[in-house]
Amino acid sequence: MGESLQFLFRRAGWYLATMWVVYTVSFFLMHAVPGGPFDAERNLPPEVRKNVEAQFNLNDPLPVQYFDHLTRALRGDFGASIKIPDFTVNEIIGQGFPISASLGLFAMVFAVCLGTTAGVVSAIRRESFVDFSFMVAATLGIAVPNFVLASLAIILFVFQIQLLPAAGWGSLKQIILPAICLGAPYAGYISRLTRTGMLEVLGRDYIRTAFAKGLSERRVVVRHALRGALVPVVSYLGPAVAGVMTGSLVVEKIFALPGMGSHFIEAAFQRDYPLALGVVVVYTALVLLMNTMVDFSYAILDPRVKLGEL
Amino acid sequence: MVESQDAKQPDASELERYAALLDEARRIKGTSLWQDAWRRLKRNRLAMISLWCLVAVAMLAAFAPLLPLQSPLDKDLKDRKNLAPGFRGQRYWVKLGERSDLRFASDSLTAELAKFDDEVAELKTKVRAASGTDREQLLGELDGKIHNSDPLEKLWHNPGSIVRQLLRLRIMLFGDWCLPSLFGTDDLGRDVLSRVFWGARVSLIVGIVATLVSLLIGVTYGAVSGYLGGWIDSVMMRIVDILYSIPFIFIVIFIITILSAEETKAKMDALGINQLTVFYVLIGAIYWLTMARVVRGQVISLKTELFIDAAHVVGASRARIVFQHLIPNVMSVVIVYLTLTIPAVMRFEAFLSFLGVGVQAPDVSWGLLVDEGVKAVTPIKIYWWLIAFSGGALAATLFSLNFLGDGLRDALDPRMKNR
Repeated sequence: MGESLQFLFRRAGWYLATMWVVYTVSFFLMHAVPGGPFDAERNLPPEVRKNVEAQFNLNDPLPVQYFDHLTRALRGDFGASIKIPDFTVNEIIGQGFPISASLGLFAMVFAVCLGTTAGVVSAIRRESFVDFSFMVAATLGIAVPNFVLASLAIILFVFQIQLLPAAGWGSLKQIILPAICLGAPYAGYISRLTRTGMLEVLGRDYIRTAFAKGLSERRVVVRHALRGALVPVVSYLGPAVAGVMTGSLVVEKIFALPGMGSHFIEAAFQRDYPLALGVVVVYTALVLLMNTMVDFSYAILDPRVKLGEL
Repeated sequence: MVESQDAKQPDASELERYAALLDEARRIKGTSLWQDAWRRLKRNRLAMISLWCLVAVAMLAAFAPLLPLQSPLDKDLKDRKNLAPGFRGQRYWVKLGERSDLRFASDSLTAELAKFDDEVAELKTKVRAASGTDREQLLGELDGKIHNSDPLEKLWHNPGSIVRQLLRLRIMLFGDWCLPSLFGTDDLGRDVLSRVFWGARVSLIVGIVATLVSLLIGVTYGAVSGYLGGWIDSVMMRIVDILYSIPFIFIVIFIITILSAEETKAKMDALGINQLTVFYVLIGAIYWLTMARVVRGQVISLKTELFIDAAHVVGASRARIVFQHLIPNVMSVVIVYLTLTIPAVMRFEAFLSFLGVGVQAPDVSWGLLVDEGVKAVTPIKIYWWLIAFSGGALAATLFSLNFLGDGLRDALDPRMKNR
């Protein structure tokens, strides 16, 4: 237990450093863009403009703004949004986060379930027609960008067959299409990883022993082989989660979901500094958190892995 | 004693035997890693089909200016909006420059181009004849003429000198004739077929250039880190670890908002840098991380080999060992990884263009075309051809690259030898 605690502390240190780097880089990049958030409102009298800018501390020199915002951000307060009046950044993220998170969760569950099943089946039926078609489908899933998939899916399932709603948020029916489009490339990749891992494991001695004991194929595969075969899949989950979250920028845009991603792009373009920064920090924290969880599950699956060495 | 004498004077049959042996030895050719890999790759049918598809796509994209295509930019809001693909309801003969709003001489590009060339030639002779302030003025006029009223500029966006030559050649070959809108037209009346072809150029160039940038950074970084080892290696790899966990898409979007601001654009124009160039480099600068890790691993396993010791002994410098001896030996891994990076980069470009932060109109790329297509999907009428062709081209290219990459990985894997 002491080992994992030590691991957690060291990880936390690295992650704080990473988040600080991301925060700082984003902050200065954002302020390096010429022009301010109120450029679009042309006829603001200079006094009014000054007042409005003072409200968001935009008149201070940049380092002062930076430290000001950083100390508040450390306390978990990202300030008020500039472009969405009467909302704080925390409120906006609080509304968008559950949507993005549940979309991502559904997509990941879909990707893992479909990917491992397809991978196991094609490894067992190796070099059969099923295997070949699964692997072509997997490569197709990896190759087709999710926004192409999403738009084709909308045409097919929303307008032609009229099975599912095109946009909106709230019911289970509305989450199916975006989650599948978001998860498809990862399902493809996971199925290929599972297949490779499975083929390697199935050749091992302990599998032969298990068969020799007279166990059924299902029992050997599920109980003995799968655990070893899933190690590469688990180590891929970290990057996959990161990918699903950035991919949700696009999917949210296509399906008009009010998640965090759609806020981010608008905020970046309209110079809504506090909102954009808040979203970046939350996303980075999520990715880092997921990576840690992946490392933990790695150690659970493979007893040879020592957390201290990671 | 006796034996050595025998060796000195072997009889004729012995000589013949040696000659035959030597002859046989000469006839046996060693197969290099590459020949071997190529032989194995040729047996992988899917990979070969992908390879030929990619060659075809690359050639078509490279010579797109030569093909009898319509202008990718020319809008026609009057009667060519949202035409469905195919021949139905279309004329078989579409002429370049026939739209009356272009005000081309006798509504044809060839006539207008001939007129333009004549005028330029006339001005040039005048310039040669004139002197003093007259000459200055005429030179200015000539400059303005070339910049403002070149008919090629009206139909193609900012063609470079090579593209210009190719376009001229195309006009010589096909005249005004171009293919009808086989892929339909978009909501501004632009021909989708030619937009897909011209978009291929941008998408492929972004993929290739950005991958080369990532190759340069990643291979150098990984090789140096792996070769030097020790604390330098751990620091360098720590940095890679940190960079790995950053969601770069956000940083890229910030940088692109900086780049697309008017003031930065003006500054970049003054320096002679294109926004697209910065875009390539930016994407390449993100995708080097995995390459660096892969190369480092290879270098670490290679650096204890005898040939590296030999290079040390003859006094080769560290830089020479890294760049002359180590890097060529990791090339097979790098090439496999390359075929997997190009699709990743192309997808990233498409992703950014789709979000509206990538390639900017009037340039076209596949990602941008898909974005336009998605915007045109409405419950009232589905202009499916706006997505299907550009999305299909993008997907097919990425699909082929992925398959080729898998095939190459199998072919270059030494464990697969002689199978």
